[in-house]
Amino acid sequence: MLESIRSIPIDYYVYLSTVLFVIGVFGVLIRRNAIVVLMCIELMLNAVNLLLAAFSTYLSDAQGQIMVFFIMVVAAAEAAVGLGILVMIYRNTKSTDISLLDNLKN
Amino acid sequence: MVLPIFLTLAAISILTALLMVLSKNPVHSVLYLILTFFAIAGQYILLNAQFLAVVHIIVYAGAIMVLFLFVLMLLNLSKETEPQKSAMWKLSGGIAAGMLLVTLVGALRGGIEVTIPENASGKVGLVENLGMVLFTDFVVPFEIAGILFLAAMVGAVLVGKRDLQV
Repeated sequence: MLESIRSIPIDYYVYLSTVLFVIGVFGVLIRRNAIVVLMCIELMLNAVNLLLAAFSTYLSDAQGQIMVFFIMVVAAAEAAVGLGILVMIYRNTKSTDISLLDNLKN
Repeated sequence: MVLPIFLTLAAISILTALLMVLSKNPVHSVLYLILTFFAIAGQYILLNAQFLAVVHIIVYAGAIMVLFLFVLMLLNLSKETEPQKSAMWKLSGGIAAGMLLVTLVGALRGGIEVTIPENASGKVGLVENLGMVLFTDFVVPFEIAGILFLAAMVGAVLVGKRDLQV
């Protein structure tokens, strides 16, 4: 099993994670629906998780995978609180459009 | 034999992530993101991190994305009436993301040297080993994570209450 893992260069995982992260950044930049923006943030967190797990396996060090668990904890808490805030915003503005939320600008 | 599986999973994850970003309907976005998460779980299995793969599917596809889908259905946003950003915004967003990609790939182009330890066993991702590390070296962060969950739960309930008497 370990030998088969090493037939894939670690660079491939780095490039895959980079591409997934950039797609997440792209989504945050072009979407206006706040729920989709939160989903793009989840995608970015997952790109980092994949990279941590890949290096953890290649270096035979369990600490990287433990770090992935803690990132999952933070992501779950963030999704719960973020969606709660979004529901409250929707009650006040009847929309989840992030470009309406510029009250601090004026 | 492993390389074609890796490439297939990578292609699926990139394609579904792009579809997630570009699809107009938010419900379709959620479903595409679930497919992306399953492809990433496949990568974890390929990395011999089975416990991580199972936890990933349970937490992300099972809990977080169901929460997203539930909020979308609750707010009745499943129709395709989402206001779109102008073409100018999309173009500049694409240029900015593309420049970030070029910068990161250019920085990484020299190749990454990984010296694999001699005593590597490939069992690092199994639940026995992970549990030993989690409950010895990382027991304090583990407890703090529990407190974080409690605080997040109280915060989400407070924020979601309709008429809060403070």
